[in-house]
Amino acid sequence: MFDLQGYGELVLKGFGLTVAVALLSLAISTLLGMIGAVAKLSKSRVARTIAGVYTTIIRGVPDLVLMLLIFFGGQMLVNDIGDWMGWEYIDISPFIAGTLTIGFIFGAYMTETFRGAILAVPRGEIEAGHAYGMTGPQTFFRITLPAMVRHALPSFGNNWLVLAKTTALVSVIGLHDMVYNAGAAGFTVKKPFTFYLLAAGLFLVITATSDIALRWTNKRYSSGVRKA
Amino acid sequence: MAETAPASNGAQPALVAEDIHKSFGDLEVLKGVSITAHEGDVIAVLGSSGSGKSTFLRCVNLLETPNAGTITVSGETIRLKPDGRGGLAAEDPRQIQRIRTRLAMVFQGFNLWSHMTALENVIEAPVHVLKVPKAEAVERAEAILEKVGVYEHRSYYPAHMSGGQQQRVAIARALAMEPAVMLFDEPTSALDPELVGEVLRVIRKLAEEGRTMIVVTHEMGFAREVSSETIFLHQGRIEEQGPPQQVFQTQRSDRFRQFLAGNLK
Repeated sequence: MFDLQGYGELVLKGFGLTVAVALLSLAISTLLGMIGAVAKLSKSRVARTIAGVYTTIIRGVPDLVLMLLIFFGGQMLVNDIGDWMGWEYIDISPFIAGTLTIGFIFGAYMTETFRGAILAVPRGEIEAGHAYGMTGPQTFFRITLPAMVRHALPSFGNNWLVLAKTTALVSVIGLHDMVYNAGAAGFTVKKPFTFYLLAAGLFLVITATSDIALRWTNKRYSSGVRKA
Repeated sequence: MAETAPASNGAQPALVAEDIHKSFGDLEVLKGVSITAHEGDVIAVLGSSGSGKSTFLRCVNLLETPNAGTITVSGETIRLKPDGRGGLAAEDPRQIQRIRTRLAMVFQGFNLWSHMTALENVIEAPVHVLKVPKAEAVERAEAILEKVGVYEHRSYYPAHMSGGQQQRVAIARALAMEPAVMLFDEPTSALDPELVGEVLRVIRKLAEEGRTMIVVTHEMGFAREVSSETIFLHQGRIEEQGPPQQVFQTQRSDRFRQFLAGNLK
């Protein structure tokens, strides 16, 4: 049953792409989430509104719809702008579109995660930063950020697991990720079960590895709380 | 008066707060409070809850921005400008940051940074705000931790220490700034009764060394025995002010007598 008939390598290549899309999207979503959280907690009404619209729309529309919207809609937008500016035809790479879309979607979830985590940092610790002459950014990076990690991690880990699995969606915009390749190989040798099972197993490898990494990080950032 | 002289000339007061007003919405919490702390003064600020004593202290280092008044630290007056909503705002945030390093605060709830060990808490501001070389900061911090009696806890996180130990680390954090004035905001109010003594002993020792401090407190004995000046605040105004012997003996105002009757059981 587990004779891959030479297609194992194809699936592994897809696995590499899936991991790349997942990690890049994670970086983008973390950055967007941080910006979104700071915006949501800022004094500026404009920043709060923009961040609010962002999270409301993204969290309210299915990932698949957003993916198609950004890939196809984005292509048309680029074409229109290109025509207008007199550029040559620009092809949006599915890799970039997929990575950006997933990063953009999960940035909204990360925004909520980080917002909650920042609010969980005791006000007095931040105030102590100010009272000891730290600037706003200093207080944020030296006090708020390291103190919030512990509060953010559980939900961050959740987001990451869902994000890693969401990468399967990039196969619909023609990216040869693990799911696409497993499907193609399974179709060719008429063994879809075997190949999708392989893909499922490889996803489990990603999530199980992440679990270990998250547990380690959690331990490190909880050193001030748990019993030594 | 010189506006920006960094000066450490002994003749000028370490801290002058003049006619501080503060309102929260319609509630006027401070109705013109003035104090002058000369070098070595220990000013105890007493008052029932809601008297504005903590707010006053928080106005001194601008954790709250006063609605009116001036604050001068070692001859340098904090530049404030109208904020357009009937209050004041800092004209130059960098000046506030610089002045705050001269006014080290000890909070009621300790407010140690929970993700840092005791030692890291003490060296944090010297290294990252005052730009003291780390090795030097560590050396100084260890000596200070030793002095306040928590040297053996230097690598503990705040959550692993008792309240009394945490507050002594917080005092060490303040001392590490080598401040012109130390501000204590009810330093023993959050402590279990049996831990109050160890913290008061440390503060008393600092007073004896000639540190300039303003101590908002409920500890009558401390005010009476340690302070060089006792102030009693009531509803945002100073009701009693003077050397503790005089204040506690004459008890000019009815309010103060009532306050003492409620406190000295």
